Amino acid sequence: MKTTDQTDHKRRDFLKTGVAASAVTLAPGIVMHTAEAAPRDKAVDSSVRWGMLVDTFKCASGCDSCVQACNEENGLEAYSMPEGADPEKWDQQRPKWMRNVTLKDNLSGRISNLPLMCQHCENPPCADVCPTGASFRRADGIVMVDRHTCIGCRYCMMACPYKARSFIHENVDIKPELAPRGKGCVESCNFCVHRLDDGETSTACQDACPENAIIFGDLNDPNSEVSKALAEYPSVQIRADLRLNTGVRYSGI
Amino acid sequence: MKKIFYKEWDIASQTYWMILAVLAVISAVAGFAVLHMEHSGHWVTGMSNQIVWGTPHVFAVFLIVAASGALNVASIASVFNKKAYKPLAPLSALLAVALLIGGLLILVLDLGRPERLMVAMTTYNFKSIFAWNILLYNGFIAIVAFYLWTILDRKMNRFYKAAGVAAFVWRLILTTGTGSIFGFLVARQGYDAAILAPWFIIMSFGFGLAIYMLVLSDFFRLSDRPLGDSVMFRLKNLLGVFVAASLLLTLMYHMTNLYGTENHAFEAFILRDGGIYTALFWIGEILIGGLLPLAIVFHPSLGKSRSWIYAAAIMVIIGGIATIYVIIIGGQAFPMAMFPGKTVIASGFYDGINGLASTYSPSLAEALLGIGGGVRMLKILPMSMADEVADPHSAS
Repeated sequence: MKTTDQTDHKRRDFLKTGVAASAVTLAPGIVMHTAEAAPRDKAVDSSVRWGMLVDTFKCASGCDSCVQACNEENGLEAYSMPEGADPEKWDQQRPKWMRNVTLKDNLSGRISNLPLMCQHCENPPCADVCPTGASFRRADGIVMVDRHTCIGCRYCMMACPYKARSFIHENVDIKPELAPRGKGCVESCNFCVHRLDDGETSTACQDACPENAIIFGDLNDPNSEVSKALAEYPSVQIRADLRLNTGVRYSGI
Repeated sequence: MKKIFYKEWDIASQTYWMILAVLAVISAVAGFAVLHMEHSGHWVTGMSNQIVWGTPHVFAVFLIVAASGALNVASIASVFNKKAYKPLAPLSALLAVALLIGGLLILVLDLGRPERLMVAMTTYNFKSIFAWNILLYNGFIAIVAFYLWTILDRKMNRFYKAAGVAAFVWRLILTTGTGSIFGFLVARQGYDAAILAPWFIIMSFGFGLAIYMLVLSDFFRLSDRPLGDSVMFRLKNLLGVFVAASLLLTLMYHMTNLYGTENHAFEAFILRDGGIYTALFWIGEILIGGLLPLAIVFHPSLGKSRSWIYAAAIMVIIGGIATIYVIIIGGQAFPMAMFPGKTVIASGFYDGINGLASTYSPSLAEALLGIGGGVRMLKILPMSMADEVADPHSAS
């Protein structure tokens, strides 16, 4: 039983129209995409490595535009608390692909804000431990979950050093076409892979950030905005001691 | 030594059906708990995106660890050639398989997608210790079943020694694998330690033997068969050694952590400030699971009392569950050290704000699932133990 429905129906209708225009329905549930979605026809390769730089100097306190955009893009708030659930517990059970964290330096007291999500490691511990290989890293550096082979054991969540993954604790009534998801599987930030596979080059969080604190792009391209920024400013990896070579870097923490 | 006679478990049929009925009711309740969990989703449990493995995993890991330990008695007979233990070997092997199946059932039924078990059985990522464990568990059941065959079938007796050695080696590897599920987790401070594998092996010796001793004495008492003191005294001495060894490894684990400054906060959490985890550690793991049973089994008079030995075995089991609870839940409740030298003062996803641990309270459904798995193994025994219970006279 749902108490509220937060779906944006206009957006859903628009998406449905878009899908209809670019795809042919062969049979109920089987859709063949036409050639105009060109990038989806080619296997991804390692010539590209998607990555991100977060400039925490720009990340403003109290702002959660990136988190809201992520939730909206991936339908993370398209369902609500089940009837009879304890609100406090439910809050710990709902999925979060991206969250804001505020840090205080123990010595200096300096405050910094940052968004935290899947760090898209080159050597992801989640993929190492996954018994079925459902957690995997694409050739272009995106770490994601194959929801057809995820058995919901949550070992990846035990292994992730960033607590970046969420298990779906209840039925999902509304499933956005962009990010199909359902009860009993694990999921996490995938750098808005549906956008990239459609030839776009930005993520929802990057587009939403009013301070331009998030720079996304191809780490392998020295001329990309993210590569240039990384070359110019000092940056760190969170838990660099694990040597995971993360695809997400932070400056100013 | 006298000839060994195996005879069916000849208890009054009323008692037999009563035991069966009680176990059936508990299994049915657990079954409903599973249906409820799988139908509604895991939100009905106390597990969350902060504490991802809960009470079902505590029971499952306890049973899986105990399973390999329950094989002790059989291994002593076959691998170490102690003839006195040979009559007790079939129960040992059967109990080991039953405990393992009980533990695995819990794990499978707790999956987000239990209907995809076939995926887990056919799609392997060999870098995952979890995947290896699936093979180790299945292999254990197969090898121990074959071992049981070599014990009970005279024609197969020539393979007895080889099967016994194979089962013994396999159970050591299996518990190494179970310990490594946690030992290989680099992300969390409570895990990421090679000592977890040998520690799990030692724990398995103790837990399994304690369960074996309880089952053995109950079976014999219910059917009015004499069980010689010498058997129980040997077993309780062995239990004492295992409990002492387990305490030593517990000490080593915490001493190693305490030596390095980076783990001081974690140790303070478990040993001093962790509330329920601290209580379970000192009262459950150390006192009830360690010092008390140790004192009982080596006490000059208590150690000779069958009731006290029985009580000591129960204490080892209670302490064992507490130990696994502290390892699994306590290890997750402590916030991950993502930002050394900094304090998280606000977060949209908990992250241990101001060092606060994650909260967890098990729900009825998951507790019932765990307990249900625990008794499931007993349900098998009265039905299939028919010809296998050892004649106690030849044991002494």
